[in-house]
Amino acid sequence: MKYVTVDLLRNKVVLVYAVVLAALSFSVLSIDSNSSKGLLSLLNITLLFVPLISVLFSTIYFFNSIEFIELLLAQPVKRTKVLLAEYAGLSISLSLAYLLGIGVPVLIMAPNIAALTLLVSGLLLTMVFSAIALLIFVLFKDKTKGIGAAIVSALFFTLLFDGLLLMFIYSFGDYPIDKPILGMVALNPVDLARILMLLQLDVAVLMGYSGALFKKFLGTGFGSIYAIVCMLLWIVLPLLWSVRVFRRKDL
Amino acid sequence: MIKIDSLTKSFGKFKALDNINLTFDKGRAISLLGPNGSGKTTLIKSILGLVIPEKGSITVNGKVTGRDWQYRSQIGYMPQIGRYPENMTIGQVIDMIKEIRKDEKKYDEELIVSLGLDKILTKTMRSLSGGTRQKVSACLAFLFSPDIFILDEPTAGLDPVSSEILKEKIIKECNKGKLILITSHVLSDLDGITSDVVYLQDGKLIFYKTVEELQDITGEMKLNKVIATVMKNQSTTNSVRV
Repeated sequence: MKYVTVDLLRNKVVLVYAVVLAALSFSVLSIDSNSSKGLLSLLNITLLFVPLISVLFSTIYFFNSIEFIELLLAQPVKRTKVLLAEYAGLSISLSLAYLLGIGVPVLIMAPNIAALTLLVSGLLLTMVFSAIALLIFVLFKDKTKGIGAAIVSALFFTLLFDGLLLMFIYSFGDYPIDKPILGMVALNPVDLARILMLLQLDVAVLMGYSGALFKKFLGTGFGSIYAIVCMLLWIVLPLLWSVRVFRRKDL
Repeated sequence: MIKIDSLTKSFGKFKALDNINLTFDKGRAISLLGPNGSGKTTLIKSILGLVIPEKGSITVNGKVTGRDWQYRSQIGYMPQIGRYPENMTIGQVIDMIKEIRKDEKKYDEELIVSLGLDKILTKTMRSLSGGTRQKVSACLAFLFSPDIFILDEPTAGLDPVSSEILKEKIIKECNKGKLILITSHVLSDLDGITSDVVYLQDGKLIFYKTVEELQDITGEMKLNKVIATVMKNQSTTNSVRV
């Protein structure tokens, strides 16, 4: 695991990712005197790019290291251990890149609780989408198909899901659908991250239906815990599933 | 040392291995031969536990492989294509494998020196040629002096000098009473190493004989001639059957 991290930290893509994030956050934060607005813009950047980059990069990395994983498995080690080490190394290095890119500028220029929440949700998103990438890796044999699946899943969660949710709300608007929507939001880690952040910014009511619902029904404290727990489940469940599949996989 | 009992494995409709029974003893150097896609690599991967058999069992040193993973400490494996994390140096890769194998403290670093890898330990894997990567794979397979060596196309991509060094090393280990399983399409490379030949075709075991037996049957001395004769006979009997 240590070595996967070292290898990835030297990878230029991860470096570029960190630098781009850093440039974005510095510029966004210095444009606006209101740090809350700046954080919102950063949130949108995080919500759009972190899932896409995490899932794509991780999937490509996993597929490229398949021969190496094979070599490791020829050593006397458990399969589960190898797989989880790969995941840990990858999510640690992507998280570090995120922390460097968004964390350092934000903490320098706008250190408050909202900024910390942004970091936590970004990190959780990174881990969720690397876990999804791991699942894609064990489910697909073919690299091209795997990358396709990665793109589809990233787009689904960042764009398509919200559209479907809106359609649902629009067509069933006459019914009391507040509670079901709370449940449905839990199905999308990106939404969860958004809500987690918005609850801290006091603009939840301005930012759409689900945010307002969360504020109304759950309140800031409980709402945040609910969102975090759901996101942790989004990490653990794909991991458990991948381990199960990987144990019986032919390499 | 390795006993394979009615091993069957299919990928979809394609039968990669069809009811294979084999026993490999120590001190032998066994060549796995056969045309492309005949199941050689699948057989090797089954022994390593990388491919999970459908039917049948594999016993290594008296232990049935399966959920057990410790048996792999007795096997040194050199894959057909060695790919490593690109930004790691050769030294780091070797250290990493050593760290994984904490149980083994004695290292056989003879090949690292004789193949000249000790001089380029700080080069990253990305900058290496295919042949040099192959050398790294070879060094890793021999590092812990295991009882069983599984070498998948070991000499492919190596220059003649290195390939000769590797062959000498293989012979030396074999003479120490270790079991060598080797696949190669370069039959002349196997001359002088191999003591037995396993011939697979379409996932079926065609024959498993010692080199001496084969030489008697075909009347040829060189391994490539021997196999060519056998293959020719094989195809004529096949066509007769059709």
